[in-house]
Amino acid sequence: MRPTVTVYGSSIGQKIISAITGLFLCLFLVVHVSGNLLLFKGDEGKAFNEYVIANTNSLLIRSIEIVLFAGFLIHIFWGIRVWLFNRRARPLDYVENRPSENSSLPSRIMFITGMLVILFLVVHLRTFWIAMRFTGTGGLSDYELVQATFQSPLYDSFYIVCMAILAYHLRQGFQSAFQTLGLRPIWRRAIDWVAVIFWLIIPIGFAAMPVYFLIKGAS
Amino acid sequence: MHITLRIWRQTNPAGPGRLVTYELSDVTEDMSLLEVLDLLNLQLARNGEEPIAFDSDCREGICGSCGLQINGRPHGPLKGVASCQIHMRTFKENDTITIEPFRAKAFPVVKDLVIDRTAFDRIIQAGGFISVNTGGAPDANAIPIPKNTVDAAFEAAACISCGACVAACKNASAMLFVAAKVAHLGRLPQGEVERKERCLSMVAQMDAEKFGACSNTYACEAECPKEISVDNIAFLNRELLRAKVF
Ligand code: FES
Repeated sequence: MRPTVTVYGSSIGQKIISAITGLFLCLFLVVHVSGNLLLFKGDEGKAFNEYVIANTNSLLIRSIEIVLFAGFLIHIFWGIRVWLFNRRARPLDYVENRPSENSSLPSRIMFITGMLVILFLVVHLRTFWIAMRFTGTGGLSDYELVQATFQSPLYDSFYIVCMAILAYHLRQGFQSAFQTLGLRPIWRRAIDWVAVIFWLIIPIGFAAMPVYFLIKGAS
Repeated sequence: MHITLRIWRQTNPAGPGRLVTYELSDVTEDMSLLEVLDLLNLQLARNGEEPIAFDSDCREGICGSCGLQINGRPHGPLKGVASCQIHMRTFKENDTITIEPFRAKAFPVVKDLVIDRTAFDRIIQAGGFISVNTGGAPDANAIPIPKNTVDAAFEAAACISCGACVAACKNASAMLFVAAKVAHLGRLPQGEVERKERCLSMVAQMDAEKFGACSNTYACEAECPKEISVDNIAFLNRELLRAKVF
């Protein structure tokens, strides 16, 4: 009997799931970074605080949040699964191997950058999301919490390094997702340009926040 | 020229193997690397030692039997050539050259540098063909095909099934090989009929052989002696989606 292929079970299918969830998370990044731009408005956080409260009270946003969590979990779970599957494909490695001569660094360390992004995500959710949504911000407004957090050079360095890692992950991930979804070669150049938004502009947008508050605090 | 060779020696599939160092001083720069191995084997045989087992046939880059990991790269440092096309002028006096077999779970080592690549044969048997009644050769221009379709199919058809894509991939994935076959046959009208079946069967066999999944590092394209493009992998992905979803 011929073996059968399912999208769920095949190696390509697994990558397709990673690609679709990855692109969905990219979409979320756009929304997230756009909202955060309110921090730079120079109104001592009035607009930002209203934005956070409106999000908290919106049933739509709270429902999308659940989908978002599912997106993260599936992307992470499938990433680990494919990684484990792939590791078994070469039990004995080369004594001498020079992968840097045939492939880019970001493409080879997707699992590591992915794991570090998870680490960042946990810290990040603890600092902001859990405080704003559940445990309370200790009398500070949401804007003041952000401002106070980014006063710490240690936290800022951690944050900026994490954004660089995210940039690395997206450098490979964004275009790779389209390849996995079977993009036709004529679109490749266009995708490479759109990818710049994701691996360069968005991480810079996030990293601008600690820099902004550090400068603001010092002046 | 004088050359130091570090060669993977392994007496049987169960292993273990190890790198053994050999010194050679009567090498000329217009020898091919495989000729250097021949020379070394002659010396080993004269000394009553076991010669090094390695595969080769055409020695002109068309049969695909000579896959070697040379200095950490499949088919060595040059672009678009097979191991048999590497000549000693590529190296310098007193260089050390490390030669290992291609490594993948699906390509077990048989002996020394010889690996078992029948996993590729089984993938081809699963669907890498066109079912037709063979009769007299058909008229050359009986079926008109657009030029770029023919070119794309021909580029994919250049695959010599050497396994360098698997060897280069950090996941030992056979995607470029399978993609080349699926794209070669699937693009042409003769292959159109079995297009869906072919893709599904070959992917299923590829997975059953325990090749890894594709991480899109494109190391395969960089190391392919026939420089087959990863566009074919996108084609394969598209074929699978088409066969399963659309
Ligand atoms: S021996 Fe035929 S391709 Fe190298």
